[in-house]
Amino acid sequence: MNLQAHVDRRDKGSQASAVKVDKDSIVVRFAGDSGDGVQLLGGQFAQATAVASNSLATFPDFPAEIRAPTGTTYGVSAFQINFGSRVIRTSGDQPDVLVALNPAALKVNVGALRRGGMIILDTGSFTARNLTKAGWETDPRETDALSDFRLIEIDISKHTLEVTKPLGVTQKEALRSKNMWALGLIYWMYGRDPEITVAFVNNKFGADSVVAQSNVAALKAGHAYGETVELSGDLTPTHMSPVAFEPGEYRLVSGAEALSWGLLAGCKLAGLEMTFCSYPITPSSPILHILARLKEFGVTTFQAEDEIAAACSALGASYAGNMGITASSGPGVVLKTETIGLGISTELPLIVINTQRAGPSTGMPTKTEQSDLFMSVWGRNADAPIPVLASRSPGDCFEVAIEAVRLATKYMTPVIVLSDGYIANAAEPWLIPSMSDYKAFPVTHRSDPNNFHPFVRNDETLARPWVKPGTPGLEHRIGGIEKAYDSGNISYEPENHQKMTDARAAKIKGIATDIPDQSVEVGSEKGKLAVVGWGSTYGPIRRAVSNMRDQGLDVSHIHIRHICPLPSNLGNLLSGYDKVMVAEMNNGQMLTLIKSQYLIDADGLLKVSGQPLTIRETEEAIRARA
Amino acid sequence: MNVQVDPDTLTAKDFTTDQDVRWCPGCGDYAILKAVQKTLPELGVRPEKTVFVSGIGCAARFPYYMATYGFHTIHGRAPAVATGVKLANPDLDVWVVSGDGDALSIGGNHLLHVLRRNVDLQFLLFNNEVYGLTKGQYSPTSRLGQRTPSTPQGSIDSPLNACVLAIGAGARFVARGIDIQAKPLSEVLKAAYRHKGASFVEIIQNCVVFNEDAFADFTEKAVAADTQLHVVNGEPLIFGKEKNKGIHFSTETLTLEVGTIGEDGFTEDDVLTHDETNPVIAHMLAGMDLPTFPVAMGVLYQNPAPSYEGQVSDQMDAVKAKAKGKGDIDALLRSGNTWTVN
Repeated sequence: MNLQAHVDRRDKGSQASAVKVDKDSIVVRFAGDSGDGVQLLGGQFAQATAVASNSLATFPDFPAEIRAPTGTTYGVSAFQINFGSRVIRTSGDQPDVLVALNPAALKVNVGALRRGGMIILDTGSFTARNLTKAGWETDPRETDALSDFRLIEIDISKHTLEVTKPLGVTQKEALRSKNMWALGLIYWMYGRDPEITVAFVNNKFGADSVVAQSNVAALKAGHAYGETVELSGDLTPTHMSPVAFEPGEYRLVSGAEALSWGLLAGCKLAGLEMTFCSYPITPSSPILHILARLKEFGVTTFQAEDEIAAACSALGASYAGNMGITASSGPGVVLKTETIGLGISTELPLIVINTQRAGPSTGMPTKTEQSDLFMSVWGRNADAPIPVLASRSPGDCFEVAIEAVRLATKYMTPVIVLSDGYIANAAEPWLIPSMSDYKAFPVTHRSDPNNFHPFVRNDETLARPWVKPGTPGLEHRIGGIEKAYDSGNISYEPENHQKMTDARAAKIKGIATDIPDQSVEVGSEKGKLAVVGWGSTYGPIRRAVSNMRDQGLDVSHIHIRHICPLPSNLGNLLSGYDKVMVAEMNNGQMLTLIKSQYLIDADGLLKVSGQPLTIRETEEAIRARA
Repeated sequence: MNVQVDPDTLTAKDFTTDQDVRWCPGCGDYAILKAVQKTLPELGVRPEKTVFVSGIGCAARFPYYMATYGFHTIHGRAPAVATGVKLANPDLDVWVVSGDGDALSIGGNHLLHVLRRNVDLQFLLFNNEVYGLTKGQYSPTSRLGQRTPSTPQGSIDSPLNACVLAIGAGARFVARGIDIQAKPLSEVLKAAYRHKGASFVEIIQNCVVFNEDAFADFTEKAVAADTQLHVVNGEPLIFGKEKNKGIHFSTETLTLEVGTIGEDGFTEDDVLTHDETNPVIAHMLAGMDLPTFPVAMGVLYQNPAPSYEGQVSDQMDAVKAKAKGKGDIDALLRSGNTWTVN
């Protein structure tokens, strides 16, 4: 159970017992001004939590602007972490604890806090000016605004200034360590060893630097404060037992990292060099940054002049025999549509990563959504199918990336991989795989000129040969105009166009025999209700379905990775349930796909708010149907 | 379809495919095709290492007629595709063929960047001042007032000068040729090939159906000598039927002027000598136009700089030299903070 049973008190003045309380999960949200280092604070706490073997999931929630005016609500940056002694699959519906480093952070986040939850706020930042900037007409501490919560007021600013004063830093510089002070306190509250952050800070800034010393001083002061305050009972330290993880070596991984490394692994398994071309766009840019630092692996990265050039240069690299990969988000991927079409017509491998964000158009760059399914499955001119895959969590991106390389190269086709902003930025503990865990799928570029033409098809896969320019005797020309099935030369013949259209469709359809059957995540293969999801809704759906099953409801969870082609048993599987509900963060795209493919009367739990699906919403939807 | 041959004995025929050429009879593209097919064997290039990349348009059909590797891509995007080809395999000889619409309208951005980056390839811009394939609309190089299906009252767009644009974009090699002047064109193509870096070549090309004789004012035999200036590095800029007209740089007006040797005190000493490494001269020469000036032909600018893919390669080599051993993925996955559960 969570914090609620133990700290459900409205009376601010009452004393809590100084007994250490055991919990099985807690959700903590850190929030502050974008200049306050909230992401760093959250990331460090996540690392320390992971090392302590708690299960966890994170959710960084940043504003779109780089640094909005200080103290404003649109400059608030937050980091939420759900951690526990049981398996955690979501970053938590609602925080139990809110650490608010300024009035704006409180204003933006107090609405999400669970009733009876705890607020730790920095009184030093609650000046009249900051309150006004944040839109508080009156100080919320003097009204009923916070009466549902347990309020812990600490002058974090003042404490930070005091402890860093001997180092001779300016006030502005000192306050930049405010996050470290808060982190120190939180470390104490949850029994974490601050040394992990001391080491991080010293490594990053150099142990002798004033910056490092300020941060370390603040960190240790915050931790010490916790020890002192425990005596008065305002704060109770909480112990979270370690989870019994499967034995092995673990690390925290974000979706961007896992995806980048998975692409690298996929190329290794294929025996290909990677040429990665992309254009900066939120929330995809981290992939470019990560791969740009992997030159020792022979990875070429290219920041192109625009999204179209990014896709075209990746396609050019594939034409030349490398694995051409490009990555973007919705508004950028849509620009690559024509290039993807060229890849389909010339039947070249190309991987397009879409880290989805709220749309349409510019939408909300730092908010998550999964609304590019239609564009991925259908978004080109003419009949132009391609494989589409979706990853479900940060760690899952590794495997999905490998699968993308396998399909793109085996079937000579562009492949779209759907991730989303939440997955890309969030972190989770990851059992680190080894390359030897995966079966290689080496690519052979054709070198035999006998009976060659550029569109002669493999009987099994219907893929054409991949020839590396530079190979003598195989010189040929390809292009986007329709070509003859029997020779590869340009052809406008009517029957040929039908034949080629059918062949291209059959090639993609045939992939369904080369992917695993759809499995059931939890539940049974028949029943009253199936909740179907794809992408990052995995966590909340899985948790909600498990909870409802624990309460005796007949509900199962099916989570799709292969969106196109869909697994060949999926239609049959879905027909075994009385009702099918698709839960997704868009206005019914997977829902439409499933209904049209299988003619079933499914309905949807459709959330398009820029925020992840919650467990509660899913549970309510299940209860209404099961 | 293709037979392996010894490159030393190759002829134009070995660079010619079996495909029927579908350009309109009388199209300037035939002459350019012939010039390229003749020049490549003279350069000793290998067909298997040669790639022609094109966009969309009449010019863009070029790769289908060359017995090399070829990639007919999408409108305006050939330089971007070609950049990817070079990044993946810097050893390939890459030629981009593009028309004035393909390169300067939809493809303007990609042209700008491939020149700026100095990717080692040859960019052949077939300029016929019209959109041929789509039946005659005006293009970014069409003259003011040109009447076309989309500009029935005459074009009001100020045209681009392709070579001036290329110099402005930072190209290190800029040259101009004419479709029917086979020998100078071949010389320019050879120089372009030998220049390591992005080599920009504008080829004046006659569209016999939609813009016939647009360039007659300087390509017609009768006027050619007096309206074309063939520049040669290190030699004075002299032209004219009697080779007595010269280009002079006026320090008063800071512009070029045309003078006739022997008239008004104008002597050979007043004639500017071409220095192909000088971007200011190149810019002025590129901008010269009738009626006052002749149109400059030949290698206007050549000032090599390190190629893009060469530098990409250098950076990768530098990183690899510093790294201990060749990238171990298992080690990469385990870098940073990890913990073990027993």
